[in-house]
Amino acid sequence: MLTTRRVDAYHALTVVAPGIAERFRPGHFVGVAVGGAQTSMLTRRAFFVHDVKPDYGGTVEFVFTVGGPGTAWLAERRARDTLDLIGPLGRPFPLPRDPVTCVMVGGEYGSATLFAVADALQSRGCRVDFVLGAVSADRVFGALRARRMGETTTLTTEDGSLGMRGKVTDVLPGVIADVRADVVYACGPIETLRGVTAVAVEFDIPVQVAVEERMACGIGVCMTCVLPVIGDDGVTRMVRSCVEGPVFRGERVRFDDVGTIPFDALGAPGGGTRHVG
Amino acid sequence: MSVDMRTYLGHVELVNPIITAAGCAASGSELAQFFDLGRIGALTTRSITMAPRAGRPTPRMAETPSGMLNAVGLQGPGVDAFLERELPWLSQRGVRTVVSIGGGTVAEYTALARRLTDAPGVSAVEVNLSCPNIEDRGRVFARDGAASAEVIASVRSVMRYDVPVVAKLSPDTVDVVSVARACVDGGADALSMINNPIGMSIDTEAMRPSLSAVTGGLSGPAVRPLAVRCVWQVHAALPSVPVIGMGGVLTGRDAFELILAGACVVAVGTALFHDPYACLRILRELEELLAARGFHRLADAVGLAHRPPGSSPRHRNDLEETSL
Repeated sequence: MLTTRRVDAYHALTVVAPGIAERFRPGHFVGVAVGGAQTSMLTRRAFFVHDVKPDYGGTVEFVFTVGGPGTAWLAERRARDTLDLIGPLGRPFPLPRDPVTCVMVGGEYGSATLFAVADALQSRGCRVDFVLGAVSADRVFGALRARRMGETTTLTTEDGSLGMRGKVTDVLPGVIADVRADVVYACGPIETLRGVTAVAVEFDIPVQVAVEERMACGIGVCMTCVLPVIGDDGVTRMVRSCVEGPVFRGERVRFDDVGTIPFDALGAPGGGTRHVG
Repeated sequence: MSVDMRTYLGHVELVNPIITAAGCAASGSELAQFFDLGRIGALTTRSITMAPRAGRPTPRMAETPSGMLNAVGLQGPGVDAFLERELPWLSQRGVRTVVSIGGGTVAEYTALARRLTDAPGVSAVEVNLSCPNIEDRGRVFARDGAASAEVIASVRSVMRYDVPVVAKLSPDTVDVVSVARACVDGGADALSMINNPIGMSIDTEAMRPSLSAVTGGLSGPAVRPLAVRCVWQVHAALPSVPVIGMGGVLTGRDAFELILAGACVVAVGTALFHDPYACLRILRELEELLAARGFHRLADAVGLAHRPPGSSPRHRNDLEETSL
């Protein structure tokens, strides 16, 4: 581990991990073991990679908020401590071939994963605009960097302490119309992604969302991070956000049915034919 | 000094005793990017069902002290897709495969066994008896010796003679030994234990159950003493029956503990969620541990903790009258 810093309400850890940095693509995440060698906390914590840098052979930074004993332990780590992490995990964001106009929508610290995407988009000649929002000013992650990178940056907070009062979905239609956006990239809480997808569908433009589901392993074996997603064949399946995601086409995710098994999903109770014999 | 790590499940030889536990290795390909699956004793599949299953709604997982609760609900592709894609993928790579099967009726288990009979690449069949019995108001088979034995006898009767049938037992029963004995009488070639005991946790923030299914299977080191007890009791009662021990094995020491209790094969489950490389690490640690204690063969350590007090530390003599 290299450095640890506070960023408003969040913690950012930078680790030296050349193997991960080398293979990183925007949208990848890492699985971090917490609690040390004799830990009683067995499930890995998944965090989107915020940044990779070539220093020290390759560093990886991720952002998190303290939500329980595992992340509290992580927040206490200091430079030179060692950390057990695996990565890069997941399927990264697909990038357009043509120089199109992209709106990056980040809710809470979901914006952390968007800067690497924005970097890649800009290097392909894309125009990038940011819409970042959170409950309050200290929970909007990366506003400064967004202002530096984006053609325009719109900030929203629910308490009005920064930018416009409201949610990202309140201002998104205006931004999409103003900049004539071709595509939306979003990361944040599932409710935000649902709203963002609805807006993009309204404008009939593609939307790529990165979901943050609870998971135990991050590598596709624990089967706990599933959500209902419509496949190319039109069939809804319970897919793992760690290996089939975390990036999905927004309109394919059945946000209204997250946390349920839709009755028409493949293998839903009573839905599939039970053939014995 | 190298230790002979070979072990037997029925008459099927495994190159070493470390296998994956059912439902902890998905289709196998997920772990293959971390290590060569051919280097472990065998891979146990998730429990295969006749029809595809979407499983339970999320949240399916809750972390608990030294363990976790899960309620995945046997999500899987169904036997057709399994035989078409997953099993061939494993057998083409020479991965020894224990196929776990799950059903709601005796007929469903039997139908699954029939489908597996002609499939190449099945090293053994493990019958997941911790499924609700549709014909008995959803009581799980593993609670009851007679219900378990009925499933095992039916599966055994249709399965190829050279494929061992393993009965997977649950600790959630009044007397695990009587269920074990019933399964062996029904034709089980081996036993595996323990399946997840059922637990529950409540989210004190939301003031609701943590899992959408309310209850879930508890796994991880939290259940290891339960596993050691079950393996110990069953091995004491049925010393000639091979036992696959599982339950919270994180290290070679933990595997050795189950072996001393009577397991000849040890399955690694929840540890894989924490450390995808766990199997090979545990295997290496176990081998070093056996070597350090002067063992030449793994087989010499199986059930060694049962030796009478005062007898030699390396060899047990209490079996000479009973099992020969």
